[in-house]
Amino acid sequence: MGDDPLLDELADIEVSASGRVREVADLAALDDLEAEVLGKRSRLTDIRSGLKDLEVEQRKVVGRALHEARGSLEAAFAARRGDLVDRERAAELEAERQDLTEALGRARIGHLHPITQTWERLEDVFVGMGFVVEDGPEVETDWFNFEALNLPPSHPARSLWDTLYLDTSGTPGVREEQVLLRTHTSPVQVRTMMRAVREGTGPPIHCVCPGRVYRRDTADATHLPVFHQIEGLVVDRGVTMGDLAGTIEEFTKAYFGESLTSRLRPSYFPFTEPSAEVDISQPDGSWLEMGGCGMVHPNVLRHCGVDPEEWTGFAFGFGIDRLAFVRHRVSDLRDFVTNDLRFLEQF
Amino acid sequence: MRVSLNWLRDYVPVEAAPEDLADTFADLGLEVDGVERIGAGLHGVVVARVLEVRAHPDADRIVIVDVDSGDGEALQICCGASNMAAGDLVPLATVGTVMPDGMEISARRMRGEPSNGMLCSAAELRLGDDTAGILILPVDLDPGVPLAEALGITEDVVFDLDVLPNRPDALSMVGIARDLAARLGLPLVTPSSAVAELGDPAEGLVTVEILDPVLCGRFLVRVLSGVSVGSSPDWLARRLLGAGMRPINNVVDVSNYVMLELGQPNHTYDLDKVAGSRLRIRRALEGETIETLDGATRMLSAGDGVIADGDDMAIGIAGVMGGASTEISDSTRDVLVEMAWWDPMAIAISSARLNLHSEASLRFKRGADPEMPPAAAVRFAELLGEVAGATLHPGVADGRGDLPDRSPVRVRTDRVNLVLGTDLDRDRVAALLDPIGFTCTSAGADLDVSIPSWRYDSREEIDVIEEVGRTYGLSRIPRTVPRSPEGGSLNHAQRSRRALRRALVGAGLSEAMPLPFLAPGDLERCGLDPDGACLANPLVQEESVLRTSLRPGLLAAVRYNSARRRFGARLFEVGRVFGPGEFVVDTERSEALGTVMTGEAEHLGAVLAGADALEAVELLDVALAALSVGPLALRAERLPGMHPGRGAVVEVAGFEVGEVGEIDPVVLERLEVAERVGWLGLDLSKLLAMPPAVRTARPVSRFPSTDVDLAFVLDEHTPAAAVATTIRAAGGDLVRHVELFDVFRSESLGEGSRSLAYRVWFQAPDRTLTDAEVAGLRAEIITEVEQTHGASLRS
Repeated sequence: MGDDPLLDELADIEVSASGRVREVADLAALDDLEAEVLGKRSRLTDIRSGLKDLEVEQRKVVGRALHEARGSLEAAFAARRGDLVDRERAAELEAERQDLTEALGRARIGHLHPITQTWERLEDVFVGMGFVVEDGPEVETDWFNFEALNLPPSHPARSLWDTLYLDTSGTPGVREEQVLLRTHTSPVQVRTMMRAVREGTGPPIHCVCPGRVYRRDTADATHLPVFHQIEGLVVDRGVTMGDLAGTIEEFTKAYFGESLTSRLRPSYFPFTEPSAEVDISQPDGSWLEMGGCGMVHPNVLRHCGVDPEEWTGFAFGFGIDRLAFVRHRVSDLRDFVTNDLRFLEQF
Repeated sequence: MRVSLNWLRDYVPVEAAPEDLADTFADLGLEVDGVERIGAGLHGVVVARVLEVRAHPDADRIVIVDVDSGDGEALQICCGASNMAAGDLVPLATVGTVMPDGMEISARRMRGEPSNGMLCSAAELRLGDDTAGILILPVDLDPGVPLAEALGITEDVVFDLDVLPNRPDALSMVGIARDLAARLGLPLVTPSSAVAELGDPAEGLVTVEILDPVLCGRFLVRVLSGVSVGSSPDWLARRLLGAGMRPINNVVDVSNYVMLELGQPNHTYDLDKVAGSRLRIRRALEGETIETLDGATRMLSAGDGVIADGDDMAIGIAGVMGGASTEISDSTRDVLVEMAWWDPMAIAISSARLNLHSEASLRFKRGADPEMPPAAAVRFAELLGEVAGATLHPGVADGRGDLPDRSPVRVRTDRVNLVLGTDLDRDRVAALLDPIGFTCTSAGADLDVSIPSWRYDSREEIDVIEEVGRTYGLSRIPRTVPRSPEGGSLNHAQRSRRALRRALVGAGLSEAMPLPFLAPGDLERCGLDPDGACLANPLVQEESVLRTSLRPGLLAAVRYNSARRRFGARLFEVGRVFGPGEFVVDTERSEALGTVMTGEAEHLGAVLAGADALEAVELLDVALAALSVGPLALRAERLPGMHPGRGAVVEVAGFEVGEVGEIDPVVLERLEVAERVGWLGLDLSKLLAMPPAVRTARPVSRFPSTDVDLAFVLDEHTPAAAVATTIRAAGGDLVRHVELFDVFRSESLGEGSRSLAYRVWFQAPDRTLTDAEVAGLRAEIITEVEQTHGASLRS
């Protein structure tokens, strides 16, 4: 049986054809080869047609060999076709290759001002601590900015604030130096307390008042005539200096991080008593001066219609610009108001 | 207040390390601005005699000095100062000396000439603030002797304390020592003087009349004789130098010393020069003049206090500065010394108005101690006797006016604990107050507290509570956290403002923050109404007008950036603007949004130069979506400062809330802005006050939509938005969306015409639309647009 020439031929066809399948480089050549090897005019088709003329035994043997050869070649073609399709798709996609880094940095991205970012972070921390946010006018009267805050006219401490006054000459009923640009956010405390009393909504009051304030100060690396403060006010029954210190400490941990702490140093402000400076510890062991605080002076409560025997309160105030300045290691405060995009786009 | 530790030890035996003392001062409310170590850098500095001074061959500003540093040899030094002459004794920092500023002296050459050390100024040795020349030493010293030994300088630490306005007592060494002694539990030793009295009683030599008892609470005078004016001994001069005061002569120096020690400013008169030997305290006459000690002639006003003589001539400004006419001189025989108490408010006003701020006025305006004058006068006499040979006459002329009420204050123990958050009992409170002079007597569970005369600022219960907190230590108060019953939150306006900022940043704009001050003419240059509120006392004219619009500031920012070749600035600002008559502060608060857009903008798929106005409108859509307000309408209008054909009034919910378009190129030319600028300005006060839209869900149709494209040829003046409105109205409920997708102009369409192409989506909630239905709607829309707008369908 081994010497049947047809079997030998089938074996040769299978070997040579499968070798050629492996060498075919593209789908068109593969189609041609498939027609040649497996098509109607192929030798395999010839052999199949000749089967009927063979002896029964030989027909069985050759038929089986033919079936196997054909099956194996069909599988080889299918596999090769799969390979070539994949390869062509890969080549097409490779031709579409892009350098994605070309697109880097092209997007037009806007930037929030670093002072706004600091302002909002502060608001978020205080809102998380149970405060609401209040605001007030930037043009104020002497009464709200000074007098209600226990700074009567000619109080020597008024010289601590270099005040910008509005020119009210020619305005009937308005005396000189009665209308000013607020020198601190403290008048918002007064307005908030008076409104709460008027509308019957408080005390208790737990609010922060962020805002823009003004001083008659020449701009330099560490001073601006216009800057921002955030002021806190809590008025309730039984509020103590210990509550103030605890609130400052909670804020310190929330804003600066768990590892830092705060301290209060006795100080003087006309609108609080006792008054203190707030220092925040720095990683290098030094203390950063943050702002002032204290127990709301009984006279201030009285001016706002709040009975100091029934209610006590504390207040604190920090500089927003200063916090932004320190956080971003800005070297010159004037960068905050120059609006140089090369500066603004860093944040 | 500069406080020498050695001097302080005269009154309190403090041994703590300077670092710990600095912390203690801070905890007592005496902020430490600086700590200076004196005499620490004097190792290696010796007395040297100048042998010869000659010119440097190659340098004009350097001289060559030969000195004898004790071995009799000439040592060559190059020196930048030339105030010394042969024979002078000077300090020499020898090679190897480390100067107080840390610099190490080495042998070197200066312009070729060897220099073997450095001759020092007082400032370089931290012995004074004189930087002008080399310190010339007293003649009786020996060359080679260490300078510290020769001058008797002991090492010292000087604390620079920032004294708060409510602590007049801390403007004296004794006051600071009192605080320290109380905190550290150490004894306080106040100077007590006993001086022999000689001669005629003062009462017969001088009379004092207080004509204005409000101005002057006390005016005590004593008389001294036999003064020999001269320079002060070293110990006195050095103490004054350490305190930051320059020694003048023994009389002035003793006067300053007593002020620094006891906090009692004082003044001396040459008794012979006081006409009528009378001192009359009164208010100045308007326009009255006086020559003060500094040689200046000053015009007084009616509020100022003066000391007048028997001829009623002013010879001193009360509490501020003495007059020149009665100044002590070498020929002075009898000295009057004045120890007064002035009304703090009067002195504050006077010194501010005269712009004359002296050490005396500082203490008087914060409130001196009205009980101090007798003791201070004796202390003065004691020291002047010691350094100037003066003798004190018996008797005093002690005039008295109104003094602050010093009746005891009831301090409730409960109130102390309520304010401070402490748990102190009555006796503990008393124990904290007594050492600082607040004397307590029990009143049931509470205390009656006598406030010491040196604490002018302290008068009510709360003032005493502050002292308890301070002496107890604020750091020792237990920290607690109060809870708000309401909980914290941002309100609608605050949330909307944040959403707006984030949306603008997302749209590629950066936030600017210009100063809100304008120069006169800025508004006009921007084409805006020139009326703005002005400052009464601006620092500079360029910052004297309050902005009525954010536009000038933002345009200045564009110019700033483009001048630095940073083109295409896209900026916004959220901030307050001020009406021209912003005096009624309770009512209106005007908050505005301003945005500027420059550079080439991409619009409707095509990059167009000059599309800034259109982009500003797109930004308007973004802003209103963030603020959650609507509906929006634009009304083309000629607006101040805006391009005549590219501007519109913004209306939201029927209210005018701003303007959008392009800045007038004429304005930009005037401002030297080279780019075109799109502008959007909104009145945020109005928009943030609008109720937020409550959005209810509409079901999304399950049925397919059909879209139709329609291009119309229209007059240039027909608003695209009006055409879209017509399309929606004509199509009715079945129109789901209308979008302008192409704008086309060409010669064939003709001058003044353009083609607007809309894509219209139809969809029904409950069925698939038939072709016939869509065709019918399309026809209706075409008819309606053609009739309403005089348009024609472009085929």
